[in-house]
Amino acid sequence: MMQNQTVVRVGIADMNIVVGPKRIRTSGLGSCVGVVIYDPTRKIAGLLHVMLPDSNLGKSTRINVAKFADTGVPALVEMLKLEGARTFSLKAKMAGGAQMFQFGSSDTVRIGPRNIEAVREQLKKLSIPIIAEDVGGTKGRTIEFDPETSMLNIRTVNEGIKDI
Amino acid sequence: MSDNFEITNMHLDILKEIGNIGAGNAATALSQLLNQKIDMHVPKVELVSFDEMFELAGGAEKEVASIYLRIEGGITGTMFFVLSIESANQFIRNLIQDETFDFHNVEQKEMGASALQELGNILSGSYLSSLSDFTQLNIYPTVPSLAIDMVGAIVSFGLVELSHYSDEVIVINTCITQDQGDGVSSFAGQFFLLPDPPSYVTIFKSLGVL
Repeated sequence: MMQNQTVVRVGIADMNIVVGPKRIRTSGLGSCVGVVIYDPTRKIAGLLHVMLPDSNLGKSTRINVAKFADTGVPALVEMLKLEGARTFSLKAKMAGGAQMFQFGSSDTVRIGPRNIEAVREQLKKLSIPIIAEDVGGTKGRTIEFDPETSMLNIRTVNEGIKDI
Repeated sequence: MSDNFEITNMHLDILKEIGNIGAGNAATALSQLLNQKIDMHVPKVELVSFDEMFELAGGAEKEVASIYLRIEGGITGTMFFVLSIESANQFIRNLIQDETFDFHNVEQKEMGASALQELGNILSGSYLSSLSDFTQLNIYPTVPSLAIDMVGAIVSFGLVELSHYSDEVIVINTCITQDQGDGVSSFAGQFFLLPDPPSYVTIFKSLGVL
């Protein structure tokens, strides 16, 4: 119970930030990518659950910035700065981007790898180094980040739990 | 949802009828396959957020077996048939008459997967052919594909296409259960039909309500 109270959950196509000792978590990443951007000294961390690589793919007039890698990553960095994170000390960890099914239109099947690439590109643009990642494959992941230790805990259905 | 029209209760009722007819046919097919009584529950049609969609299927982190396919032709969309691991086990035990079958047993997994895939073929085929008859549209499924993983990981893949248009989804959700006699039912599975937003207009036009 105590543990649950200190974990902030992020839904799909959503983002949020926490300050330690609170942790931040998102469940059931498949082709989506979970990106954690954090300031290790200030113990501030943000988590973004990206669904699509590029907001130009959106066919709706209203854009949810957290849905896309190209809009979500910069928006998360802005949120972190407002909370007191320093741009120069920001680091990133990421997980997800799996290929869950082999069938479907080719664009959709490759959505996982495209999400990974798009996130990497945005992080590079903002000069945020990727410290660790667990991406690709064919398995779903649930991730939880602890700003106190800067560790990203990753759980899969068949391959157990690991920290990166 | 769509730029052209408001979805009204009448539209939702029509989608509910689609779930009724489709899942009704699928339940009959399953009943014949297992030679057992299958009950179908009244379909629910809801406009939900992606996170709520995961909740409908048991929660983002829950491990399930799911058959996924795309619908192509006159309308496009995504269909899932979701079973709990326990239900999947039970289905296969019934089908192969082997009470020891377990999905978590690596040696048996492949056979189980192929049996479930076949189940997916039969159920989705009967669901969609009745939908096609009802709407007079040419609708055909892609080859179904099976995954055993977390709900969020599986279902989000089916939302990718949709997510280009919207952050919400109309889901036609029909639950089926196996009647074990003496009032006990088990083997619950759920059909989720998620038409792509441009297809709503096509469905309603084909039925003369738009």
